[in-house]
Amino acid sequence: MLKKLVMDGIDWIDTRIPMTETWNKHLAQYPTPVNFNFWYFFGSLAMLVLVNQLLTGIWLTMHYNPSAEGAFASIEYIMRDVPYGWLLRYMHSTGASAFFVVIYLHMFRGLIYGSYQKPRELIWIFGMLIFLVLMAEAFMGYLLPWGQMSFWGAQVIISLFGAIPVIGDDLTLWIRGDYVISGATLNRFFALHVVALPLALVALVFLHIVALHEVGSNNPDGVEIKQKKGSASEEAKGKFTFHKQYSGKKDIIDAIPFHPYFTVKDIMGVSAFLICFAAVIFFIPEGGGFFLEPPNFEAANGLKTPAHIAPVWYYTPYYAILRAIPDKLIGVVFFGGSIAILFLLPWLDRCKVKSIRYRSWIHKLNITQFIICFIVLGVLGALPATPLYTLIAQIASVGYFGFFIALFLYSKNEKTKPLPTRLTH
Amino acid sequence: MKKLLIALVAFLPSLVFASGAAIHLDKANYDLTDKASLQNGAKLFMNYCSACHSTAHQRYQRVATDLGIPDQLMKDNLIFTNSKIGELMKNSMDKKDAAKWFGNAPLDLTLEARLRGPDWIYTYLRSFYKDPNRPFGVNNVVFKDVGMPHVLEELQGIPTAIIETHVDEQGVEHHTVVGLESSGTGEMSSDEYDRAVLDLVNFLVYSGEPNKLERQSLGFWVIGFLIILFVLSYLLKKEYWRDIH
Repeated sequence: MLKKLVMDGIDWIDTRIPMTETWNKHLAQYPTPVNFNFWYFFGSLAMLVLVNQLLTGIWLTMHYNPSAEGAFASIEYIMRDVPYGWLLRYMHSTGASAFFVVIYLHMFRGLIYGSYQKPRELIWIFGMLIFLVLMAEAFMGYLLPWGQMSFWGAQVIISLFGAIPVIGDDLTLWIRGDYVISGATLNRFFALHVVALPLALVALVFLHIVALHEVGSNNPDGVEIKQKKGSASEEAKGKFTFHKQYSGKKDIIDAIPFHPYFTVKDIMGVSAFLICFAAVIFFIPEGGGFFLEPPNFEAANGLKTPAHIAPVWYYTPYYAILRAIPDKLIGVVFFGGSIAILFLLPWLDRCKVKSIRYRSWIHKLNITQFIICFIVLGVLGALPATPLYTLIAQIASVGYFGFFIALFLYSKNEKTKPLPTRLTH
Repeated sequence: MKKLLIALVAFLPSLVFASGAAIHLDKANYDLTDKASLQNGAKLFMNYCSACHSTAHQRYQRVATDLGIPDQLMKDNLIFTNSKIGELMKNSMDKKDAAKWFGNAPLDLTLEARLRGPDWIYTYLRSFYKDPNRPFGVNNVVFKDVGMPHVLEELQGIPTAIIETHVDEQGVEHHTVVGLESSGTGEMSSDEYDRAVLDLVNFLVYSGEPNKLERQSLGFWVIGFLIILFVLSYLLKKEYWRDIH
C-alpha cells in the first residue's frame, strides 16, 4: 500500500520533471572508473566545503554588520552573544582554509594524472575559473572582520592594481570606492562576497560537473573507459547496466556505477575529512596563526601599520613571486601570469599519455620540482623578505614558470611507457 | 596616495626587520578552570585597569555567570559605571581626552590575550621600571617608552632597572636592561605579585574567548562521534565493495 503510494508519487513527478532519469544518468547508472584512489576524494570534499561555507555564511550574515563602525564588534557579538555563533564563525573561517587545502589537492590530482588533457580541457578551464573566483571570494571575505590584517592586507593587494600603466590609479579608486580602504570598500566587498561571487561559484561548479559527466572521469591510469562500440569483451564490460547516454554509443569497460559504490566510499572520505576539520575547529581554530591571524584580533586602524603584513597562507606562493621581482609592474605581471599560465596547461602539455604512471622520468622530475618550488614559494610568501629569502624566491619562481616551459618542450616527443589495455586495480 | 602606498610596500621588509629583535617572554601558566584565579583576575582588572581600558565586547552578566560571581556581588563590587548588568563592559573615559592625556587612547583589552598572547601580557606587567625621563616616571622592558603609568605600583612598587652599557665600534653608547631590582615598597612580595599578574592574565585569556572551555569539551564529543561514523562508513564501504574486488 505504502510502496504503491510512493511509486505513484515518483511517477507523478517523473511525468513532470525527469527526476528518476537524472538520478540514473548522473548517479545510479553513471559509469565511474573502478580504480579511483585516494586522490579522488577531494572533488566531493570540495563540494562539502562549499556547502559548509554557504550554510555557515548565511547564518553569519544574520548577525554580521557590514559597516566600518560595526563590523569588528559584530564578529565579537557573534563569538559571544549568539548561541553557537563561535561554532558557525570557526566553521566558516576554518572552512576557508579547508577549501584551499582540498582544492589544491584536487588540482594536484588533475596535474599528475593528466586530467586536463583532451577531451577534458573545458573541465580544467571551469575548474580554474572556480579557483579564480574562490581566490576573489576569500580575499573579499577576509576584509569583512575588519581587523588590522584585513585592512592592511586589502590595502596592499588593491594597491597592486595601481601598478597598471595609465588606468592604474583610477582602477584602484574604482575598486575601493574611496581614496583609502573604507566603509564603502567594506560594503561592496560584502555584497560581492555574499551574493555575486557565491552565485558565480555555484554556477561554475555546475558547469564543471556538466562538462565532467559529458566526457566522463579520467583515472589514475589515464586510460579511457569508453571504447569503440563492439570492441570490448563481455568480461571487460562487467555486470553493471549504465545509462544509454553512455553505453549507447560506446562500450564501457572497468567501470562501476557512481551510486552506491562511490557514494559509500565518499561518505567514508567525508568522515575522515570531518575528523581533521573538527580537530581544527574545536582545538586549534586559529590554525597556529595561519587560519586566524593574531593582528586580526585588533580592529582596523588606518593610522597604524602592523609590523608584518602577510597574505593568508593560500595566497603566499603567488605573493612570493610578486615580491621576488624588484620592479612593481613586472612583479604584478608575473603575479597574474602565475595563475593565468595554469589555464593554458591543456595546450602546453602535448603528450598523448595522460598519467604520470606511464610518462617519462623527465616529466616525473619536472612535476616534483614544480611541487617543491610551489611549497617553497608558499613558505617564503608568509615570511618577511630578506636578501637570502628573495634570492630563494627568485630561484623557485624560475622553477614555477620553468615547469610549464619545459613541459611544452619535452611533451611532444616524450618517451612514454606502453599503456595497459585495461585499468589496473 | 600612490606614492604613499608604494613607499609602504617598499618599507615593509625593513619594518619587519626592525621588529625582529626578540624579547624573552616568561611563560604564563594560566588555568582557565581555576575559578578563584579568574575571580581574582576580574577583581584586579576592574580595580586597576577598567578605569582606562574597556573590555567592550564582553558583558558584565556573562563574566558573572561564567566566573560564578553572584549578580548582586558583581553589581555591588565590580561595576563602577552606572551600567546595568546585561550591558557591555565599556568605560566612561572620553577617547579624545584620553588621547590627549596618554598620547594614544587606551586600548580595548577584550581580545588583548589573543592579539599579543598571554606570555606577552604576563611579562609586560612584570617589566615596568623607574625612568625619570618618561612622563609617568616609568618605562617598560617589553614595551619601550610605553605611554601608560605603572598602575600596579601599589602592589609591586617600582623596580629599578639594572642597566648594562656597552660602546660599539663607532663609539656610540648602548644601554640594555639586563634585570630588575625590587624597590620593596609594594604591598605584595615578588611571588605574590607574579601570582596576581597571572590571575589577571588568566582573566584576559578568558575574556579573549569566553567559550574556550565549552569549545574544547564539545570537541571531544564531536570527534568521538566522527570516529564512530568513520568506522561504520568504512565497514559499509567494505560491504558494498565486496562484489567489486
